[in-house]
Amino acid sequence: MSSGFATPTPAQGSAQPLPAALPIAPRRRWYRPPAGGLSRIAYYTMLTFCTFLFVYPFVWAVSNSLKTRDDFFDHQTRLVPHPFQWSNYSDVFNGVEGQLYKAAFGTWIWNSLWISVLAAVTVTVSSSLVAFGFAYFRFPLRNFFFGCVLATMMLPGVVTLVPTYLLWNKLHFTGPGTFLFLSKNQYPLWAPNLFGSAFYIFLMRQFFLGIPRELFEASRMDGDNYWTMFWRIAAPLARPAMIVTFIFEFKASWTELQKAIVYLRSDKTFTVPRGLKNLLDLYGPSAGGHGDYQVIVAATVLSTLPMIIIFFLGQRYFVEGIATQGRKG
Amino acid sequence: MFTSGPMIASLILSFTDYSIIQTTHGVGWANYHDALHDPYVRTAMRNTLIYTLISVPLHVIVALYLASLLARVGRGGGFFRTAFYLPQMSPTVVTGILYLLIFNGSFGVLNAGLRVLHIRGPFWTTDPTWVKPGLALMISVWGVGASVVIFLAALKGVPQHLYEAAAMDGASKWRRFRDVTLPMISPAIFFVVIINTIAGLQTFDQVYTAFFNQSTPYGTNASLMYAIYIFQQAFTFFKFGYASALAWILFLVIGVITAVQIVASRRFVYYEGQR
Repeated sequence: MSSGFATPTPAQGSAQPLPAALPIAPRRRWYRPPAGGLSRIAYYTMLTFCTFLFVYPFVWAVSNSLKTRDDFFDHQTRLVPHPFQWSNYSDVFNGVEGQLYKAAFGTWIWNSLWISVLAAVTVTVSSSLVAFGFAYFRFPLRNFFFGCVLATMMLPGVVTLVPTYLLWNKLHFTGPGTFLFLSKNQYPLWAPNLFGSAFYIFLMRQFFLGIPRELFEASRMDGDNYWTMFWRIAAPLARPAMIVTFIFEFKASWTELQKAIVYLRSDKTFTVPRGLKNLLDLYGPSAGGHGDYQVIVAATVLSTLPMIIIFFLGQRYFVEGIATQGRKG
Repeated sequence: MFTSGPMIASLILSFTDYSIIQTTHGVGWANYHDALHDPYVRTAMRNTLIYTLISVPLHVIVALYLASLLARVGRGGGFFRTAFYLPQMSPTVVTGILYLLIFNGSFGVLNAGLRVLHIRGPFWTTDPTWVKPGLALMISVWGVGASVVIFLAALKGVPQHLYEAAAMDGASKWRRFRDVTLPMISPAIFFVVIINTIAGLQTFDQVYTAFFNQSTPYGTNASLMYAIYIFQQAFTFFKFGYASALAWILFLVIGVITAVQIVASRRFVYYEGQR
């Protein structure tokens, strides 16, 4: 596993003992059956077959995004489009001929981009501040409050969806208009992140606990206050955990659909998932569209691509993040 | 703390007929009473439970199988692990759209592939018996990547000497798996089961994308998931009080199921260093 991650030590009196089977252990020799070359080949064959099944939908999407409409319906098994219809991709932005609805796909990508960046930045900063509080300070009922934070992780999202909506409605953020140059409707998609988020707080607290307390005491001697101590000592050391938080939240925000359906009203404010849903509804035959699925598929390729890029840039952080999730169980 | 406020608000709301448009009255248990007699609630709950019952075991078995394959090939597994994780990056809307097109009974590529094997594939998206297995394959099995990573980490943590001892005793491959691997990674399995049960009971995005829109608020009977029904009651029909009651019922159901799983886990889950 990566070197950037110190295995966090569980705090005294933390909620549960961590299962011992899961820590990111120093590299052990993996279990290998005493097998000859033949069964090794069998494993690789099996893996390749499974990989084919898992990657196939992506290949399918790319292939079908380049087909003509007739080809799409008549030649599903053909992987190489014939002929290649590159115009599907420009149709995503410029609208399909004969279709009344012209998608604002460029605007959607821009909206998704800044909302996701804002959501990721705010949640990283706020969660790390809260986590630092839980890790460094000792105050009465600390474990109780931390338990409360963890409990919110177990809450089904649908339970809070309605009251949260009514709250935003009370604040008059569900109608048209702008606030501080941004469309009011888009605030509910990122602004709650200013208050931190349970899983990230947990992740970061574990990380801060792994930092030796002497470091902080030394910085106190150097005249740091709590604020500078956080920025000079804790934050730089916790960079790996912060990156995990950032990319997890970026992905979550980029793919978020439910809130986007609830809050976003006009298609100028849509995020990519909300826009895609709109495209599907309007181009589908049930809504009187022609079933221009090749264009919809091209749009899905465009909206998945940034996620694939993020994944390859931050692959080890994803794996670390997931492993942490597993350890928490 | 930002979440617990809305939660309590939701509980209070569930005893009212709040709808923004009209004035609000307390209605006591009426919402809960209505929910128990609402045929759609029953359909939605049944669909959701069936979906969860199909998807969770499938998910765990496939994840465990892939993880043990990966563990066998050692270092070279990086490429494959990436391939298995990649579907997790697909936005849920995209998964819903891909499901709709790939699983389509008449022109979908899945049935075309089955036809090559001389199997007549069912109409996955319209045949009521096949909607939920199809959804489970696309949502839960395709999205198995994170669980594979978790299982792989767990498998790597199983001490080699246990296998050696078992092999010494002449344990067969299956016995080694059942009596060494399974108990040693049971905490990881428990975690994956819990997380996926909770997620399964709340399934929304992909199913909503594939089957629901403003003109078909009830979608198809076979695909009506509980979370979608709550959503429709709140944001299509503006019955916020009723929706809150429905949400609390779901919360309780999830709580009970999770509690049962935790109690059951005491028998099956083995934590090292605990007697």
